[in-house]
Amino acid sequence: FFFTFKMAFKVGFFLIIVEDVGETSLPNVMETAFYFEQAGIGLSKDESYHIFLALKKLISVQPVPQTCRFWGKILGLEMNYIIAEVQYDEGAEEEETEEEEAIEEEGMTEFEDEEEEKEKDEPPKSTYKPPPTIPKEENGTGANKYVYFVCNEPGNPWVKLPPVTPAQIVCARKIKKFFTGRLDAPIVSFPPFPGNEANYLRAQIARISAGTQISPIGFYHFSEEEGDEDEEGGRDTYEENPDYEPIPVAEMVDSLSSWVHHVQSILTQGRCVWLNPLQKSEEEEVEEEDEENADEPDDVQQEIGPPLLTPLSEDEGIQNIPAWTGQTSTNLIPEYAVAVLQSNRWPGAYAFASGKKFDNIYFGWGHKYSPENHNPTLPPPVQAEYVSGPEIMETSDPTLEEELAFKAAQEAALSAAEEEEKEESEDDEEEDEDY
Amino acid sequence: MDAASLPAALELTAGGGAGLSPEKRAVLGSSLLLLQRDYRFDRVWFWGCIQGVRGTYYIAEGLGPDRAAPRSRLYSLNCVEWSLLPPVTKEMITQAEQLTGRFQGDPSFAYEFTEINAEDAEKLIEGDKETSIKEEVRLVATIEQIDRAVGIIPRGAFVKTPLGSVHENRNFEGLSFAEAKKLSSYFHFTEPVNLKNKTLLEKANLDPSTDFLDSLEHDVPQGSWTVQLEKGGTVVVLRSLLWLGLTFYHVPMTKQYGYIYFGNGEKNLDLPFML
Repeated sequence: FFFTFKMAFKVGFFLIIVEDVGETSLPNVMETAFYFEQAGIGLSKDESYHIFLALKKLISVQPVPQTCRFWGKILGLEMNYIIAEVQYDEGAEEEETEEEEAIEEEGMTEFEDEEEEKEKDEPPKSTYKPPPTIPKEENGTGANKYVYFVCNEPGNPWVKLPPVTPAQIVCARKIKKFFTGRLDAPIVSFPPFPGNEANYLRAQIARISAGTQISPIGFYHFSEEEGDEDEEGGRDTYEENPDYEPIPVAEMVDSLSSWVHHVQSILTQGRCVWLNPLQKSEEEEVEEEDEENADEPDDVQQEIGPPLLTPLSEDEGIQNIPAWTGQTSTNLIPEYAVAVLQSNRWPGAYAFASGKKFDNIYFGWGHKYSPENHNPTLPPPVQAEYVSGPEIMETSDPTLEEELAFKAAQEAALSAAEEEEKEESEDDEEEDEDY
Repeated sequence: MDAASLPAALELTAGGGAGLSPEKRAVLGSSLLLLQRDYRFDRVWFWGCIQGVRGTYYIAEGLGPDRAAPRSRLYSLNCVEWSLLPPVTKEMITQAEQLTGRFQGDPSFAYEFTEINAEDAEKLIEGDKETSIKEEVRLVATIEQIDRAVGIIPRGAFVKTPLGSVHENRNFEGLSFAEAKKLSSYFHFTEPVNLKNKTLLEKANLDPSTDFLDSLEHDVPQGSWTVQLEKGGTVVVLRSLLWLGLTFYHVPMTKQYGYIYFGNGEKNLDLPFML
């Protein structure tokens, strides 16, 4: 009894204040900013408060998000991005998904038209088959678990970023471009990026989140209801652990195994949950059975990423640099020190933990650290020339003598056919040898 | 930036997310004063910090009567005990330029590398010559590189006297709002390189007392600075893209200006690909 009372007292004080206003998803930006400030990270007080008010505005519009968080700030050439991370209840976003499906259907009909044209006598078409596009993850799962809103300055209208597609993530890994601050700016890069700056920003946010969103071990745990039923791909939901006991600050700084990732890592494929690109839905199978060629590989190695809530000690460093640097906010007053972790893979990503509180934040240019210089992908090799064979060689025009000889041969053949069949072949050969 | 204006300046440059903790601010507030007294500097600038993997270097610079003269540089790991860094030489810079990767945070850490010079080419045939330099040397060389490449001041903030020494301009009242948005109103506070190469026609309109430095206009590559107005257009913030982490601020129509560096001490060599 005494234990529970103590616990309730500890946690309760903050909750009482909040509950008076009712359930709210508004994060306490100023409190988080205070903790980060202890480690010398963060925006000025004014700007933090402006962001606080901007978030208040964001959650006041419909639909009301389930959770809301200040994700961080990405600097740009002309303007900067202030980013809010929002999660909606299931079903709150149905309208938009329908719109997207409609667009996809249009794409399908175009494709059918093309097939009809093929049946007519048309010039030959390229036999190149693009590799199967990997579908994006559904809203609310994987890399699209959260919805991100950005604005250039607190107070400006929030703009929702489109969901990220695997192709965008794969391409974003290969390029390194500064953000301009305009969401509709084109991304001029090689390999060409599928989308504009809004998509690139969203892809970088997904990559940064997957790499640097961390929490103290034990704060979240897998819900017991699910059990071990779906072992395939690992479990993707977790819940807060009500029995979480804060870990001492010294331990949080010294050992990286006291921190875990709570965002699924993104596979090489660009998705969090692996999907076989060759697997087809039933309808498609029926359609494509006739065309199906045997040259496609039947079997693709399944990519497996680290499961959710993997400790940071599993993170790979870069060359001899560890993935994370931990420090306490102060050595002079260890009683009230805050544990702060800084990512070396994504400079600008920080996390703090103090008691039962923790948060992640990102301030930077949105690029991954690389010890070597950025090597832009080289253009693919030039297509080989068509192999020269007899079928494409130009034949030389026959000369007058040849024509005459051919005519004579034909006449001779005709006359020979009239006379006797046996001699015919021999005569022809002899004549041929003459020239 | 000037140590006296540090608290206000940090508030203005905090837009990039980097700053100092309240503890460090409090410590610097007193230790920089002591520094000025003990080393008899005319002025002390807090230069910024270079983050290593295991520790952070806090850097201060001490200025003598001639502001353009080589400055004394000091570093500290805890903002309390300051150590004087050796003066930089050309050799140090060429050596440090060959080093890549993060700082370690330990001044006595020895980097080992193979020195490749034209003079040593003969020796190389015999066998690779392993040289090691201390992180302290790399630190001082990096600070010098950053100061040279991106240490900037607004136009007119300093004047050159007929005797050749450089002083703060007492009549400087800040740039106007229109000027503050232009790169040509900011100067590299270092020995000019391009000024000598200017044509007579270009030099005709220059005022020898204020325009004795290179402006940022022709920095290579084009677009290596971002100019942004913050706080409702009252503060101009310049960020270098070549040395990510360097922030310069200036409040137009006032004397407030300065630059500070919060970064990992690595040059952004990928810049041409990123623009």
